[in-house]
Amino acid sequence: MADAAPRATREAFGATLIELVKDGYPVVAVDADLAGSTTTKKLGDYDPERLFDAGIAEQDMIGIAAGLALTDRIAYTASFAVFGTGRCYDQIRNTVCYGNLNVKICPTHAGLSVGPDGGSHQMVEDIALMSVLPNMRVLVPADYESAAAAIRLAAQTPGPVYVRMGRAKVPQVYEPGFKMTPGGSRLLREGKDVTLVACGLMVNEALVAAQSLAEKGIEAEVIDAYSVKPLDEAAILASAKKTGFVITCEEHSVIGGLGSQVATLLAAKQPTRMKFIGVQDRFGTSGELKELLRRYDCDAEAIIAAAIEA
Amino acid sequence: MGSPNALGVTNEFDVAQVKKFAKQMRRDIVTMLAEAKSGHPGGSLSACDCVATLYKGGVLRHNPKEPNNPARDRFILSKGHAAPVLYAALAGEGYFPREWLMTLRKLDSHLQGHPDMRKCPGVEVSTGSLGQGLSIASGLALGLSIDAAHKGCEPQKVFVLMGDGELQEGMVWEAAMFAAHRNLKNLIAIVDNNNLQIDGHLTDVVSLGNIAQKFESFGWHAIEVKDGNSIPECYEALCAARDYAQGPCVVVLHTIKGKGVSFMEDQAGWHGKAPSIQELSVALADIDGLSEEAE
Repeated sequence: MADAAPRATREAFGATLIELVKDGYPVVAVDADLAGSTTTKKLGDYDPERLFDAGIAEQDMIGIAAGLALTDRIAYTASFAVFGTGRCYDQIRNTVCYGNLNVKICPTHAGLSVGPDGGSHQMVEDIALMSVLPNMRVLVPADYESAAAAIRLAAQTPGPVYVRMGRAKVPQVYEPGFKMTPGGSRLLREGKDVTLVACGLMVNEALVAAQSLAEKGIEAEVIDAYSVKPLDEAAILASAKKTGFVITCEEHSVIGGLGSQVATLLAAKQPTRMKFIGVQDRFGTSGELKELLRRYDCDAEAIIAAAIEA
Repeated sequence: MGSPNALGVTNEFDVAQVKKFAKQMRRDIVTMLAEAKSGHPGGSLSACDCVATLYKGGVLRHNPKEPNNPARDRFILSKGHAAPVLYAALAGEGYFPREWLMTLRKLDSHLQGHPDMRKCPGVEVSTGSLGQGLSIASGLALGLSIDAAHKGCEPQKVFVLMGDGELQEGMVWEAAMFAAHRNLKNLIAIVDNNNLQIDGHLTDVVSLGNIAQKFESFGWHAIEVKDGNSIPECYEALCAARDYAQGPCVVVLHTIKGKGVSFMEDQAGWHGKAPSIQELSVALADIDGLSEEAE
């Protein structure tokens, strides 16, 4: 859908919550003084009884959401990813996940996409933190349409779900109406030489890389692994078997994220040569998203180099 | 309090009956801990009279036969390490067979070291990491009050019991702000102020100052109970808190950690240690000597 104007994944958050309300889902959101940025404000404007602002108190945000979930509501929490996961990790672990409560952890501004705010705000550990929790499912949407699908799938999935959204506008990958399947993935391009398993905004980078690689005679297969946990094991194993070479692509630390989880899968079931595109155990820094993706070797150029150096 | 409550269960307040119930809870607490060979007696015993009053004194509207009845009031044990006091009350009220008590902390037990809502009937929410109960209770009270407003009825009450040491967790005060801001009239916090935490007296570790005044400055109504191990005093305060209609209310219970067992009273060392078999017999003798008379 190259013609559509880029949109941020976070823009789908509040808009989809309203759609869910209209569809009869008992949805509420709890934010922590960032309702405008995360777009949950749209839900509050639509129905003030469905948005609760905890103020700058992320731990309380999670606890309030847990309490609301105990009243048969589907409670979404927001804030920025760095605060909405790390600042309240124990609350997510011990109250939400241990109790298997119907709370959806859906922060925005994850990864490098928060840009000029710098390393303090660039959360590149959240997929790892959330994936390691029992009962938690992890969805990493690639664009606006898939973010809408992820927010909807979260409502339809009992128990804790993490949805990772970004600040920056990103190119559209999917058509309107795209639906995610639980534990699924999407094969976006077929190839025989290398498999690019990507999530989030790196899906588009992988597609761009695959286009360039094709011009160099390398046929790359591109899989959007939007469900990082559980992974679509069958799809990844089948592609790895076909190409014999897997490169994971994520706007996240290479430790504990998509790459680690694909590596664990392949090491156990089908050892395959791998490379890992992602942030190499470093903090971020201020800059524009495009500059940062280049600086941290998390862009199409880095993927192309990794594929060619094979 | 004599009329049947919303659940059709009548629980008249009878001091002697509640005292007898609390006495049996104390026996159960020390016995299950001795059997488990680990756990937390001190804070279970200090909170015993309050919890007995809630469950047996008719303060909490509940029905052991219908633990999930939506009309019930909610009780959250935020100080989850005091699980034995909750288990003793739930067993005494018939939420589960008494035999379960002797499985505390053992493999495959319904009675986990800290309360697990997925394993034990009557446990409203899993707790154990301190400081979280007041936030959960706030969300619960908020949701229940919105639902009640839509139905045009009074909301269920949400009681949450915290330790005093627990108030050192910053999250408690985040929740205190939120509850006051939202004016959650159906929220009742209870503080078991036994002045001991693992490392010693609170006044030596990190002082809290005046707990009631702290809550008042956050916009709460506060009720202090001089003897939080007196069932009539607990009853009076908990009823007043439950019926307070202006906003969130806190009941600060001045209690004695380890109350009822001579060698455990006011001893930090008995925060998280189980009695031996020899110590258990002394403890049970102490408990047997406690008065059952109405004061």
